[in-house]
Amino acid sequence: MDNQFIISETLPFCKGCGHATVSKSTEKALQKLELNPTDVILVTDIGCHGIIDKAFATHTVHGLHGRSVALGSGISAGLNNPDKKVIVFVGDGGATIGMQHLIDASHNGFNMTVVIHNNMLYGMTGGQPSEFTPEGFKTPTLPEGAQHPGYDICSLATQAGASYVRRITAIGDISEELAEAFSRKGFSLLEIMEICPSYGVKSNPGLKLKQLVKDAGIEIKIYVDKEQKAFQTQEMSNTPELLTPKLNIEKKFEAKLEKPIRMFLSGSAGEGVQSAAELFIRAGMKSGLHVTKKGSYPVTVGVGFSASHLILSPDEILYSGSPQPDVMIVTSADGLKFARKQIEKLSEDKILFIDESLEKPETKAQLISMPLRKEAGARNAMIFALFHYLQKEEFMPMETLKEVFGESKISGNKKLKELVESSF
Amino acid sequence: MQALTDGSRLMTEALVKAGADVFIGYPITPANLLYAYSKNRFKTFLAAPDEITTLQWMSGFSISGKLPVTATSFPGFALMLESINMAYMMELPMVIVLVQRLGPSTGTATCGAQGDLSLLSGMLSGGYSIPVIATSNAHDCWTLADKAIKTANRLRTPVILLTSKEEAMTQFSFDLDLLESIAPVERKFHTSEEPYIPYKRDDDEIPEFLPVSTNKHQVRITASTHNEKGILEGITPAALKNTLKINEKIEKNLASYLFYELDEHPHAETLLVSWGVTANATREAAMELRKNGTPVSFFLPKTLLPLADVYAEILNRYKKIVFAEENHPGQLKKLIYGFKTPSHVHAVNKIGQMIDPQEIIEEVKKHG
Repeated sequence: MDNQFIISETLPFCKGCGHATVSKSTEKALQKLELNPTDVILVTDIGCHGIIDKAFATHTVHGLHGRSVALGSGISAGLNNPDKKVIVFVGDGGATIGMQHLIDASHNGFNMTVVIHNNMLYGMTGGQPSEFTPEGFKTPTLPEGAQHPGYDICSLATQAGASYVRRITAIGDISEELAEAFSRKGFSLLEIMEICPSYGVKSNPGLKLKQLVKDAGIEIKIYVDKEQKAFQTQEMSNTPELLTPKLNIEKKFEAKLEKPIRMFLSGSAGEGVQSAAELFIRAGMKSGLHVTKKGSYPVTVGVGFSASHLILSPDEILYSGSPQPDVMIVTSADGLKFARKQIEKLSEDKILFIDESLEKPETKAQLISMPLRKEAGARNAMIFALFHYLQKEEFMPMETLKEVFGESKISGNKKLKELVESSF
Repeated sequence: MQALTDGSRLMTEALVKAGADVFIGYPITPANLLYAYSKNRFKTFLAAPDEITTLQWMSGFSISGKLPVTATSFPGFALMLESINMAYMMELPMVIVLVQRLGPSTGTATCGAQGDLSLLSGMLSGGYSIPVIATSNAHDCWTLADKAIKTANRLRTPVILLTSKEEAMTQFSFDLDLLESIAPVERKFHTSEEPYIPYKRDDDEIPEFLPVSTNKHQVRITASTHNEKGILEGITPAALKNTLKINEKIEKNLASYLFYELDEHPHAETLLVSWGVTANATREAAMELRKNGTPVSFFLPKTLLPLADVYAEILNRYKKIVFAEENHPGQLKKLIYGFKTPSHVHAVNKIGQMIDPQEIIEEVKKHG
């Protein structure tokens, strides 16, 4: 077994940088665990720590700043193999950007280890503070020192459900601690406190890592070491096809229609406008017609208007919009408000069905006012109106709509069923 | 077999049949139906907490040897942009279904549009292209979803399947027997004993793929400028060459994913051009114009990026051209002609509503 994990003679870090300690100890830890380099996937991102990947003999994936944890999560879930070790190296800057990914990975229990190289500032871009910078710690762009304590990512990850969380300092050989984190099932996180020799040391002369950690109240400890449920990717076999004979709507009746009918149904959300519209076009299909149904509604699901544009045609339908409807049916005040402009444009040869409780809008169209809501209830006013419309126009047999209605859930409404049977 | 269906159902089924094995997504109107259908149809379905995570997880699955799909709309797509650049640079196969809605910003979620083509044409830093294939009818939802998967796999690249609210959500009667059968994609990975070089290219400039599940060879995948070994090395000649080769791969293989329809009338001097949701209205306008004695031709580009040379050849054959697009600036027109539209080129543009065939007819008549 080839157990050389670092294949570069030199490491690309400044003298005294904790990143080198992490890298060397990572190799040692993987050797201790007797892993093959190609059973390890090292995921890195932007920041000084991230340039290490070319030195490693493992699989390496170098991604975007702050996204390595999400990328590693995807690799772990994609591999779905706990024998493969996904290790993510991220800095405190990347951990700040990708905080949600860390919480999410802890929460989901992805099989992986995240190693946060926390040197308390952004090293690659000139020493700006991160959200991990401890209170009072100075950086080149924050000479007055940070005003607030840094994030306690270890507490956050623990709360979110990680299996193993530990904070250590990058002093000496830390391979035991890394090996422990790598060996845990599910999600493990190791936060390694470092001090940036270029910016941290210069901005805080004389400050020693151990003392800084102590003064800032940063706890060096194991936060959790408890096996949690690890993520397992579900792979379903033989999922049900979406295009099955069940969708077939067989022609059973004959429509008497020579040119397309364009309909505009307008009512309120939650009052069955869309389902009534669908029943009507199903009836159209049973009568051998081509149909389309385009919905219009606000972004909210349960309030406001709900409208449907239908086309029923003896020929194939290309354009599915309906700027000039032949008939409009309005069953509620919301529907009227939405449809008013269209109603104003209706010509004499068009029809407007409207619930009798609503004000009568100005229109040239033939206006038919009916007690739709009163007789069928608000929830069924639209389907009731469609029955009336078909009774008037007779372009397909009433039996078609009755049959589709009978097969639908809404026919379970006894009162409505009786009303339909007695009226049509 | 006549069915009442919608474009989302056709696309989802076609994507699965073509070999996509994981759907990862965050719900957004009007891409919700794709999400809902995918939940029970894909072999693996993951609900991501946001769109950045979606693209990162997809990339992870792709690196692991899977073929991931997502569906989104502009607000989600905007969040994905940096990660799509990453997937392009890493050369990861995946398909992103972009269901256009009215923008800018959150705009109106439940209103259709064709507003994202300009964004797509400039979405990669450097001005390169990711294949963008746009549906224009039910049949396209089936065939182009299949082609998107096959293209993503063969070219080792993300592919955008561009559609819009009405195409994805409008229900329509459709004869399912008209759909051709779709064969699952054949995935070929590096099998040689020779060391694997992740970005070493074949004659078509396509690098062989090898997932990180292998323990035979080391795999390096890199988002930053890298050489063919996947080593990040800044602006060395080898690394810059590799960057250009990715673009060359997309352009050189355009013929393998070039889709368009051209219905030319032998006496036509006018060409109607449209794409996406407006194509059907334009086709209807062309039919009516012809019926009433005005010969016109109809051109429907479906592969929108990169633009093919043959498109210029077609356009150059006509004295008068009318573009119809559901966006204000005329994004395809601008993509072809730049900021100054030639005087023989006219346009019907609209937002907030589908373009009516009559509006196209009027525009044609207006210019004689």
